[in-house]
Amino acid sequence: MGVNHEDPHGDHVLPHGRALRLGIGGPVGGGKTALVAALCRSLGLAHRLGVVTNDIYTTEDADFLRRAGVLAPERIVAVQTGCCPHTAIRDDIAGNLDAVETLEKRFGPLDLVIIESGGDNLTATFSRGLADRQIFVLDVAGGDKVPRKGGPGVTTADLLVINKTDLASLVGADLTVMSRDARAVRHGRPVLFTSIRRDTGAREVAEWVIGLLEDRPRERHVADRTRTASETA
Amino acid sequence: MRERSAGEAALLLLADSRLPAGGHAHSGGVEEAIRLGTITGRDDLAGFLRGRLATAGLVAAALAAAACELGAALADVEDMEEDVEEEDADDACRLWRRLDAEADARTASPALRETARTQGRLLIRTARRIWPSAMLDTLARAVPDGAHHPVVLGATAAVAGCEPRQAALAAAHGSVAAPATAAVRLLGLDPVAVHGLLAALAPDLDGTAHAACASLGGARSVEWPGLPAHAAPALDLLAEGHRRNPLRLFVS
Repeated sequence: MGVNHEDPHGDHVLPHGRALRLGIGGPVGGGKTALVAALCRSLGLAHRLGVVTNDIYTTEDADFLRRAGVLAPERIVAVQTGCCPHTAIRDDIAGNLDAVETLEKRFGPLDLVIIESGGDNLTATFSRGLADRQIFVLDVAGGDKVPRKGGPGVTTADLLVINKTDLASLVGADLTVMSRDARAVRHGRPVLFTSIRRDTGAREVAEWVIGLLEDRPRERHVADRTRTASETA
Repeated sequence: MRERSAGEAALLLLADSRLPAGGHAHSGGVEEAIRLGTITGRDDLAGFLRGRLATAGLVAAALAAAACELGAALADVEDMEEDVEEEDADDACRLWRRLDAEADARTASPALRETARTQGRLLIRTARRIWPSAMLDTLARAVPDGAHHPVVLGATAAVAGCEPRQAALAAAHGSVAAPATAAVRLLGLDPVAVHGLLAALAPDLDGTAHAACASLGGARSVEWPGLPAHAAPALDLLAEGHRRNPLRLFVS
């Protein structure tokens, strides 16, 4: 698992026999929904996808994802978190697990379920009981000092995405500083810079996700699905 | 024979809002009441909580107590017989469905039924991992889409070692604690003042748990129709209105 060689949860192997669960977290307005749409665009044709959104899932979000053109709205399930987005992805994941299983039940086996957290703060990360891997999304307009501030989202996420690089010169953000600070606190975990407005498929992020999907021991799929089914019966 | 104290510690776990079973996302009608302007501050909330406890709270407490009694009786059968006969398992499924139907009959609003089943499904998922037992497996099999939350709460209480009165107390507590917390989050109320309201309700919680157990009949389903059936049409209407609000923050 090359991309995760520094993962403190390195013994947390990727699942087989069920969809890979990818958490996408980060502060409000950084581009989480845009990244979800980009990944649907890049991965939706070759992979069976489902999306779980947390907190206010409006028709605006739905339209946004529908315009991405590759994910049917019924493959998106919304979870309400009672004003506590971090609770729903970390301390009490029951609602999100139920949503993931609802998708898997409704559409049969899926390859990837993306769980988008509600916009939260720098300490909000996904429980390993919910997400197999997680991406934390920042944007350059939030200020180039954010990576230096650290916090579990920035330091421990499996992938840190710094979005809206096209705005850097407009908001006076120094991408070199952001890159240096992020790498300093992430101990080798990957960092990718994106401008999803320009690169609407978030190509590099999509490649990272494809790497995860390909890392899974596919040959054991059938046997494990049988085992899981008998365990849960 | 279980120690008395075992049930008390388990009760604390069940009543703790940190139990990871999805409870944090329910306002029990408070979000909609706030949206409509029915609850604007502490005094409105006090009346809302009192009414909720006297109706939905009492009914939930009675169902939880009955489920706890049934769960304990079924678990005893399973303890005595190494291999539970298929016939017994079928009987157990029938009894769970019967009690769940009693809960359905006491829940007029389709939105509240769905909420109760969702919460029940989430709780049994959590409970089966924390307290694995054949009894909970049977309940999950009997009502695959999720039994009503108070039924699952009572069954969980039984497997955790609680008595029916303690199950009723946990249900009564949940019926007011969750809406109170939701009001703090949505209206920015002083959390200490709101906990003061809950403290003032403490004797009523004890009274509710006691009343909930008054009509128990020793896990005999023939007694269940006599369980409290207090209706709260306002809560039904709030739940229906809430479900139509596309910008809701709470599940209920």
